[in-house]
Amino acid sequence: MKPTVAALALSLALSVSAPAMARSVTLTTTLNDYGGNGAYLAFYVTDAAGAYKGTLWMAGTKAKYYSHLTGWQRASGGKLAEIDGITGASVGAGRTLKVTLDLADALFDAGYSLRIDAAAEDMRDSPAEVVVPLTAAGAGKPVPGRTYIRSFTFAL
Amino acid sequence: MFRRLHSVLGLLATALLMVVAASGVVLSVLPAIDRAQVVAAPAAGTSVATVAGRIESRQLRVDVLKRLPSGKVIAYFTGDDAPPTSVIDPASGAPVGAYTPSATQRWFTNLHRSFFLDDAGRLATGLTALALLLLIVTGLVMTARRMGGWTQLAGRARGSGMQRLHVDLGRLALVGLVPSTLTALYLSLATFGVIPDGSMPIAPVPTVSIAGPALPVERMTALANVDLADLRELTFPDPAQPNDLFHLVTAAGEGYIDPATGSLAAWQAHGTAARIFEVVYMLHTGQGLWWLGLVLGAAALGLPVLGVSGAVLWWRRRRTQVPIAHNVAAGNADTVILVGSEGGSTWSFARTLHATLTANGHQVHAAPMNALRSYPAARRMLVLAATYGDGTAPANADSFVERVEATRAAPAYPVAVLGFGDRQFPHFCQFAADVDAALARRGWTRLLPLATIDRQSAQSFTRWGQDLAAAMGETFTVTHVPERPRTYRLQLTDRVDYGEAIDAPTAVLRFALPATGLRARLAGRGLPRFVAGDLLAVVPPGTDVPRLYSLASSSADGFIEICVRKRPDGLCSGFLHGLAVGETIDAFVQSNPTYRPARGKRPVILIGAGAGIGPLAGFIRANGQRRPLHLYFGGRSSASDFLYEREIAGWLDEGRLTTLATSFSRDTGGGYVQDRMRHDADRLRALIASGAHVMVCGGREMASGVMRTLADVLAPIGVTPIALKAQGRYSEDVY
Repeated sequence: MKPTVAALALSLALSVSAPAMARSVTLTTTLNDYGGNGAYLAFYVTDAAGAYKGTLWMAGTKAKYYSHLTGWQRASGGKLAEIDGITGASVGAGRTLKVTLDLADALFDAGYSLRIDAAAEDMRDSPAEVVVPLTAAGAGKPVPGRTYIRSFTFAL
Repeated sequence: MFRRLHSVLGLLATALLMVVAASGVVLSVLPAIDRAQVVAAPAAGTSVATVAGRIESRQLRVDVLKRLPSGKVIAYFTGDDAPPTSVIDPASGAPVGAYTPSATQRWFTNLHRSFFLDDAGRLATGLTALALLLLIVTGLVMTARRMGGWTQLAGRARGSGMQRLHVDLGRLALVGLVPSTLTALYLSLATFGVIPDGSMPIAPVPTVSIAGPALPVERMTALANVDLADLRELTFPDPAQPNDLFHLVTAAGEGYIDPATGSLAAWQAHGTAARIFEVVYMLHTGQGLWWLGLVLGAAALGLPVLGVSGAVLWWRRRRTQVPIAHNVAAGNADTVILVGSEGGSTWSFARTLHATLTANGHQVHAAPMNALRSYPAARRMLVLAATYGDGTAPANADSFVERVEATRAAPAYPVAVLGFGDRQFPHFCQFAADVDAALARRGWTRLLPLATIDRQSAQSFTRWGQDLAAAMGETFTVTHVPERPRTYRLQLTDRVDYGEAIDAPTAVLRFALPATGLRARLAGRGLPRFVAGDLLAVVPPGTDVPRLYSLASSSADGFIEICVRKRPDGLCSGFLHGLAVGETIDAFVQSNPTYRPARGKRPVILIGAGAGIGPLAGFIRANGQRRPLHLYFGGRSSASDFLYEREIAGWLDEGRLTTLATSFSRDTGGGYVQDRMRHDADRLRALIASGAHVMVCGGREMASGVMRTLADVLAPIGVTPIALKAQGRYSEDVY
C-alpha cells in the first residue's frame, strides 16, 4: 500500500496560504510484521513545551477506534474536525505508507516535534510510537518506532 | 410465497453461509481451548490491587494490565526484564511467558466477519446474517404449516428422507442458529453505527495536582474495590508525563485514579448500550462463555448440510415441473385446466388430462390456479388442486380463492374440482374442499361433485375421467401413466396360501431380490433399498398402470414379500394368485416414508385385518432391537386365514413381537378386531399414555372402524386419533 497523497494543507496552526512559505514533505512509514490487523496511525505535531499544534494525517477511518491512539486523543481532544480531509486507510503489517504534504517553513528548526501514535486490534496501544524533532538536519534519516513501526522517514 | 423466498435466499446465500458457518465452527472451539490454557485462576475475590501489587513487587515496569475475556491476565511491559507482552500468573504476579495473539484466530475472525474485504465484506456478512434470519423464519412458517400448526412444530417430520433430514436438522440447529444470527445482526448494525454500541471517546484526563509520592498499587482503594474478574484494562501513569494518572476500565465503567491518594479522580459508568454490546459480543463469540461457543459451533456445523439438502430438495421440485405441450391460449380454449400443485405430480396428471381432451378435439388451456382470469371461449373448467401440508394452498394456488371471490359474476360454464392429497396427513384434500366451497358460494355451477385422489392413484384418476366423460357426453378414457422408474423382473420363490376354505383367498408371495452386478449398483441401476411399509408397484402383463402392494419385508431380509388378497375380477391380484413358483413379475419399489414406525423405543400398536397384516409382519420381522410391538390381527377364521400364524409364534418366542391379540369374525364367539380393541381398552389407554404409535393397515372400512373405536377407547383420557395423527403417532395404510 503506497498511497501518495499530494499537497495537503494542514488545518489550524499548521496551515499555510502562500506556497512560498511552505515546503513539500514526504512521510514514509514502514511497519513491522507484528502479526495483527491493519494499524491505526496518527501523525501530529507538538511544540517545544509538548503542547499539541495540529494533526498531519490519520491512517484508519473508524472513529470509535481513535480512543486507542491515546496520546493523540489526549493532545487533540479527539475532535474529528482535527482530521477532516486528512484521513486514509489503516496500514497492514509489513506495509509502507507514504504521505506527501505541504508543511509551513516555520515548523522546522523551531523546537517542534512530529509524533506518531499507533494501535492495532487486540494489541497494545502505542502512544508516542515515534517522536522526531522537526529539523532540516533530521530529514531523510530513518527512525525506528517502539512497537509497530520498523522505520519512519520524513523527506523534504 | 414463503417457499419461494426460502428457496431463493437459500440458493443465493448458501455459498456465503457455508464460509461463515465453517469459520464460525473453528472460532467456536477457540474459547474452550483458550480457557483450558488459562493459568490457574486466582481465588474468587482477588482484587486488581492485589494482582497489580504482586507484579509491582517484582520490580517490573508495567504499562498496562489487562484481563482477556477468557480469564487470561496479560501485561504490557517496558524494559527487558520480561517479554513486552506477557501472560501473568495472577497468584504470584510472575510473567509466565510471552503472549502472542493467535494468528489462526485472527485469520478466521477476519474471514468470518468480513471475508477479508473490510467494510464491503462486513456488509456482505451482515446481509448473510439477515438472509439466515429470513431463512429461519420462512423455514419455521413452512414447517409449522406442514406439521399442522405452530403447536405441532416439534412433531415428527414427514416426507422423504431428504425432507426429514432438512426439517429435523433445521429444528435442532435452531438452538444455536437463532442466537448466532440475532447477535450477528446486532453486531453488524453496531459496526455500521445503525444502533449504538456504547463506545465513547476516552474521557479527558481530569486536571489533578498530585499531592505527594505515588502509593504502592496494592494500597490503592480504587483498585482494591475492583474484583479481578471485572477488570478490563488498567493503564499505569506514563512516567514521562508529569501529573499522569492511572486509567481504569472495568465491566461497570471507566475512570482515572490519583496515584497519590489511590482514589478515583473521575469516573464514568458505562451506558446501557455499552453493557448490552458486551453481553451480545459474549453471546456471539462465546468468549468468556466457552460452553456456549461450543453449542453455537455445533449448530453452525448443521448449516452446510441444510444448505446442500435444501438445494437438493429445490432441484427435485424444480425438475418435476412438467410443462404442457400444445397449450392453447386462454382466450381460445373451450376447456380450461387449472393446476394447484406444490410439487410436480399434479402437473403430470394435468398433462395426461390435457392430452386426452386435446385428442378428443378440444381446445385445452392449462395454467396454475393463481392465473385465474376470464375465459371467453370456455365451456368447462377443471381444477386439479393438491393440498399442501395441513390443508393449506400450494404456492401457485394461494390467491385462487381470493380471485374467485373478487369475480363479479359466476361464469356460464360449469366447473369440476378434483383434489389430490395423502390420507396420511390430517385434513385430507382440505384445500380442494375449500376451493369447491368457495366456487359454490360464488354461484359457480358444478360439472362434477368434488372428487379426491389419494396418493396419486392412477386408478381413481381413471374413474374420475369416466365420470367426466359421462358429464361431457363424450367417450374417452383418461389413462394416467406416472413416469415410472424402470421395472425389475422378480422371480417368485415361495408362496403360502390361506383362506381358500372360507372363500377369501389370500397369498403371501415371496420373490427373490434381483441379482444386480456391482457395476449396475454403482451406476444406480440396482433395485433401490426398501423397508417394510414401502410399496411394491407391480405392473401386470398387458397394462401400463402399476398396482401398489405394501411390502412385508426389507432389503435386509434378502427377499421381497407381499401379501395379496384375491379380488373378484381383480386384474393384478388375479395375475399374482395365478403365479407358480419360478414364474416372474415386473415391478419396482416406491418409497413410502410416511408409513414407518416412529423412531425411538416407544411401543407400537399394530392393527391389521386380512392382507393388511403384510407391512405389520415386516415391521415385526425387522424388530431386532426388541422394541415393544403389540399386534391386533383380525381375520375370518382362525383355521383358514390366520396369516403368518407360524411366523408369529416364532416372533413371539424371539421377543420381536411382545403381545398378540386376534379376532376372527366367523369363529364361534368371535368378532372384529375393533371388538378386541374395546375389550383391551385399559391396556390401549395405558400404551397410548406411554407414547405408543398406532399403525393401521387394512381396507378403508376396517380403517375407519378402527379409528372410531380408538376414538371411543381414548375419549376418557382426552386423546383423539386426530390429535395422534397430527403428532405423527397414528399412521394408516389403507387400500
